[in-house]
Amino acid sequence: MMVPMLGWLAMLAIGGGLVMGFGIAPREVTQGSVQRIMYVHVPFAWVAYLAFAVVFVASIAYLWRRSAAADRVAHASAEAGVVFTGLAIATGSIWGKPTWGTWWTWDARLTSVALLFVLYLGYLMLRGMIEDRERGARYAAVLGIIAALDIPLVHFSVFWWRTLHQPPSIRPGSAAMPGVILAALLVNVVAFTLLYAYFVAKRSRVLRLAEEMPA
Amino acid sequence: MISLRGITKTFGPTAVLDGVTLDVTAGECVALLGANGAGKSTLLRIVATALRPTKGTLTLWNEDAVRAPERARGRLGFVAHGAHVWDDLTAIENLRVWRTLANRPSHADALMSALAIVELDGAAHERVRTFSAGMKRRLSLARWVDGGVDLLLLDEPFTGLDQRGKKWLTEFLLAFKARGGTALMATHDFSRSLDLADRLAILADGVIAADQPRAGVDTGELHALYRLHTGGAE
Amino acid sequence: MTYARHAWIILWKDIATERRRKETLNALLFFSVLLLFVFEFTLGGDRDRLTAALPGLLWLGFILAGLLALGRSFLIERENDCWEGLLLGPGDKSAIYVGKLAGNLLVMAAVEVVVLALFGVFFNVDVWSALPGLVLVGVLGTIGLAAMGTTFAAMTAQVRARELLFPVLLLPLQVPLLLGCVKATEAVLNGEGLGSVLHWVQLLAAADLIYVVVGVLTFEFILEA
Repeated sequence: MMVPMLGWLAMLAIGGGLVMGFGIAPREVTQGSVQRIMYVHVPFAWVAYLAFAVVFVASIAYLWRRSAAADRVAHASAEAGVVFTGLAIATGSIWGKPTWGTWWTWDARLTSVALLFVLYLGYLMLRGMIEDRERGARYAAVLGIIAALDIPLVHFSVFWWRTLHQPPSIRPGSAAMPGVILAALLVNVVAFTLLYAYFVAKRSRVLRLAEEMPA
Repeated sequence: MISLRGITKTFGPTAVLDGVTLDVTAGECVALLGANGAGKSTLLRIVATALRPTKGTLTLWNEDAVRAPERARGRLGFVAHGAHVWDDLTAIENLRVWRTLANRPSHADALMSALAIVELDGAAHERVRTFSAGMKRRLSLARWVDGGVDLLLLDEPFTGLDQRGKKWLTEFLLAFKARGGTALMATHDFSRSLDLADRLAILADGVIAADQPRAGVDTGELHALYRLHTGGAE
Repeated sequence: MTYARHAWIILWKDIATERRRKETLNALLFFSVLLLFVFEFTLGGDRDRLTAALPGLLWLGFILAGLLALGRSFLIERENDCWEGLLLGPGDKSAIYVGKLAGNLLVMAAVEVVVLALFGVFFNVDVWSALPGLVLVGVLGTIGLAAMGTTFAAMTAQVRARELLFPVLLLPLQVPLLLGCVKATEAVLNGEGLGSVLHWVQLLAAADLIYVVVGVLTFEFILEA
């Protein structure tokens, strides 16, 4: 059916994307091979934010229509989102170590993504603490909406907080990107988005089956 | 007035109510009997729109009360276990808050006359913390004693009342019925059920196991019927 | 207007209750004094370091007091099933949120005035000359904190491990507010004036608007059983 096809498509795209990023694309001059981690790091970060946008839309849909399907999508997207956010932070750290010399720095982007991670955790924690299914869905939807609206504010505030006091951190890849690098990046972004969609679809289905199971 | 079809409520894996079907017509008083933990309170809360059912339909005054509970709220009175009172406020202060929120007259005269009807005017300026269970329940009723609602939902209203309190409540409900009021009452008190109810319903195993007119049923028969459906627990 | 009357009666009820119980405000004020000691003991050794950290400490104090004060907003409604009673009344339930928010704003204002005064006296901060700016930042920050705090207080009132979940949910979402308030307070206390941090002030105002509007719109979903 559609979902397994999505999975295969994602795998194919990832395969292609990784080959492009780690094989075909040229080696970056100043940072060396570690720079190639951008080909997974950027997609991870992109999906991290996309997943929250989906939580936002699904939460509104749930409160508006009381659709159990919307609630499952929100739940699944938050779970996928927290994983991708964690991966984004981890790959960002790995990238940063040889480049900046430390595993962590409180620069605008890392801090922003770290806060996103914490927001996801809070959302999943709330869901885990409410036994009543319907109330859990409702409260999670309210939190999802508030958190999603807050994310742009978090972004701006953290960015202003950092950039007005020290020069902007090195933005790897900010110099005009040659076509091959850009293409490899885009392929990976699409590939991991497909992977995310596959996870959400699969997880939603599992959640539905779990509900329908007799006690 | 009230129409329940297939009402189901699950808390986690447990189904407390599993397909309840019940009708209450205008002017009727229905006594809902059942063992402890049978789900009487849960059912009443659902009818009051304080709780959403997992499945099923609830119709109040011919409108879908699950989808649009707001329409029913304010038209019914719910006397619950907790009595909905704030312990640190006085009786008259409690009533003032409730009447204001219910958009009903809340000036001092209206409040005092309502308290007089429930025989609490003497304790109007005392903190509810000092009240007995019966007094709290009467205060809870004071919200609607002078008209305002024609449907009352009562969750074990006689429990914790002394003889005098029970007599007062019985007379009040009889007067309410005489005015054309409708009532659905969950109770353990068989004799009051027979005094007040037009119909008797027994809730067991998550469904209405018995639903019949009160006429012609005496105490002995009621006990037998109850034992039959609830497996002996009383 | 019915809505205003509903909000008012909730505020009135909470004030009357607090006057009788006398627990929240007194404890909070005492807490504020204790904070002073904590800050002095942890940072007071180095006067310059303390002075530099003051805007942050001030807001740290406000937030800690806020966590205590706001988290309790709906506890009283859990007694005697009052929560249910509130739900069953007619009309727009968000009026209850507005009433609770107003009450929380009053409590926070009282605590903040005391904390500010104590800071001025014990840490030798010239609060007086910076007062208009401080008041503006204080108002903007407190509205945001109380708006979201009231929402989450309602949400966590019926959840187990409420005391843990409330700060866990509230704090990360308050980051923009915290950053803005500290930066703006810093500017005001350094004599730079709010003009230099206008973008932060605008952020605070925008955040306040979002938090209050969302709080009002989502309250009925939280109140339902």
